[in-house]
Amino acid sequence: MTENTQYMSAVIPDVTSESEKRAARDHRHDAWFRRIMFGAALLVLLLLACIAGSTLWGGALAFKTFGFEFLTSTEWDAVNGHFGALVPIYGTLVTSFLALLIAVPVSFGIAIFLTEVAPPWLRTPIASAVELLAGIPSIIYGMWGLFVFGPFMAAYLAPWINDYLGALPLIGPIFQGPPLGIGMLTAGIVLAIMIIPFITSVMTEVFRTVPVALKESAYALGGTTWEVVWDIVLPYTRTAVVGGVFLGLGRALGETMAVTFVLGNAHQFSASLMMPSSSIASVIANEFSEAYTDLHRSSLIALGFLLFVVTFIVLAIARLMLSRLSRKEGV
Amino acid sequence: MNLLTKTRLSLLLASMALSGMAHATDVTGAGSSFVFPVISKWAQDYSKDSANRINYQSIGSGGGIAQIKAATVDFGASDAPLSAEDLKAAGLGQFPSVIGGIVPIINLENVETGKLELDGQTLADIFQGKITKWNDPKIVAMNSGLKLPDSAITVVHRSDGSGTSFNFTSYLSKVSPAWASTAEPKGPGTGSAVQWPVGVGGKGNEGVATYVKQIKGSIGYVEYSYATQNKISYTKLKNAAGKVIEPNAAAFAAAADSADWASAKDFNLIMTNAPGEKAWPITATTWIIMYKEPKSAEKSAAAFDFLKWSLEKGQEQAKSLEYVPLPASLVSKIEDYWKTEFKK
Repeated sequence: MTENTQYMSAVIPDVTSESEKRAARDHRHDAWFRRIMFGAALLVLLLLACIAGSTLWGGALAFKTFGFEFLTSTEWDAVNGHFGALVPIYGTLVTSFLALLIAVPVSFGIAIFLTEVAPPWLRTPIASAVELLAGIPSIIYGMWGLFVFGPFMAAYLAPWINDYLGALPLIGPIFQGPPLGIGMLTAGIVLAIMIIPFITSVMTEVFRTVPVALKESAYALGGTTWEVVWDIVLPYTRTAVVGGVFLGLGRALGETMAVTFVLGNAHQFSASLMMPSSSIASVIANEFSEAYTDLHRSSLIALGFLLFVVTFIVLAIARLMLSRLSRKEGV
Repeated sequence: MNLLTKTRLSLLLASMALSGMAHATDVTGAGSSFVFPVISKWAQDYSKDSANRINYQSIGSGGGIAQIKAATVDFGASDAPLSAEDLKAAGLGQFPSVIGGIVPIINLENVETGKLELDGQTLADIFQGKITKWNDPKIVAMNSGLKLPDSAITVVHRSDGSGTSFNFTSYLSKVSPAWASTAEPKGPGTGSAVQWPVGVGGKGNEGVATYVKQIKGSIGYVEYSYATQNKISYTKLKNAAGKVIEPNAAAFAAAADSADWASAKDFNLIMTNAPGEKAWPITATTWIIMYKEPKSAEKSAAAFDFLKWSLEKGQEQAKSLEYVPLPASLVSKIEDYWKTEFKK
């Protein structure tokens, strides 16, 4: 370029066009939008890390005092200061998995009914009824469990289970126990009813996303409803279904008031489902306001941290299962 | 004057008049569920005599102690007294409010209330899981007139820390060496939250009452008014003097009368297993705990006004709920204690 050209550009006014200005502005706005969204996601991760860190910090005294024994001991003695988390962890895991065992098939059935089988006029009422179940506060479930379901359980179901299922050869001891009406089985059933709406709504939404063409082709080839559901719909929606199941499991693991009412708050380890136990959330709810020795309080916070760890492990197993399934399918 | 000035002046006068009126103080208390029935009734009747409002939360004695130590409430109520060192360290004082009894409650068909007789050692063995059936020879020996079923006993205890548990376990420790044992095999001992060997835990006196009502063949322990208000069957107990006593206000008063308050500093006296002939073995009082130098003079004055009212005028309501009013000599000792220990 000559010197003249440079002079010329100094004199000519800046003529970046309107479109260029708009593009620059859009680029700036986009950058800010991305930063804010990133910040929101980072905030969630930060909160998670802070909560985990603060429960670990609060529980440090208990972990230091008891070491690994904290995870394996069944003692919970506030007078002498011996605490062990085995019974609460066991109670939490057993009631949650029992709840899943009952809720997943039922939710699956409801979701398939709503998407494949039900006549259109029936779909809305049933869907609304299921959503209503989700809106009921958990303490109402606890009260219903204690005052309505508990006595029914004690009068009719528990004696039957103890007499017939308790007499089976290998798995009998799991079902033997006095007809208390409260215990791990009752808590599992109440929890199952609580998590059904969550799992159902996720499954229903996700089953609706299956391309109609896929299903119609399967029906056209002569597939029965069951074959279409099991071989087409489920594999297509597998990841989301497992996600929905673990949403329900997460709720069941952390459920406090409903479980406190019907689980019986006993600190004895028992293999039988008919016996009472305690869960991590119910122990913390019962004892936190009166735990005024440092070790007791620290043990309760350590229990909270262990709940975190349990949830994390369960989610990791879920991811592992999913990735193995995907690998088998060659996806 | 124009309209605007008139309006402004009348508003100013009105606000001055309103600020001159006495405003009601809200007094908060928390703690023992043992005294919750009677403090609620007192608060309700006191509100007719005074503008102040008393708000009492039944969160258990341990909670009451924690809250008053943290100064989040104006008075705490605990069924277990604080030791002299604890009181001195925190700058607190304590005094009894009302006397009540703890009764074992049962759910047995064909056994009416007040018919089953137990003694201290048998009760301790049941709660320790050593006696597991209702027709155990030890129970049958004391109840020859009753038909006891061959079914399992379900023990119901407290799942939360509680002064009711403190007094109950203090009684069991006094009557059963196995319960109090600190050598192997260790017994549960005395405490507001012990390691119960068997049974299910209910939250609060209300929780235990509910579980006992629901579960057939169960036994639990609650404050007497919970048993009578909810119409749950209770048992008779053999006391230290060897007499079988039915729980009622007269039996609780007999236990309180045989207690030696004069020699107890800061009223620190556990009345369980009282020696009197007609005494109910598990009688207890609840201590009100307050700061000697109040954080808020106004609230402290309002709380003392309520407590004075309850000691002097509230005793009829206490009787109607089957609590025992404090003996007159004890009331005057408490009022002297207020004058000497608490700064108004």
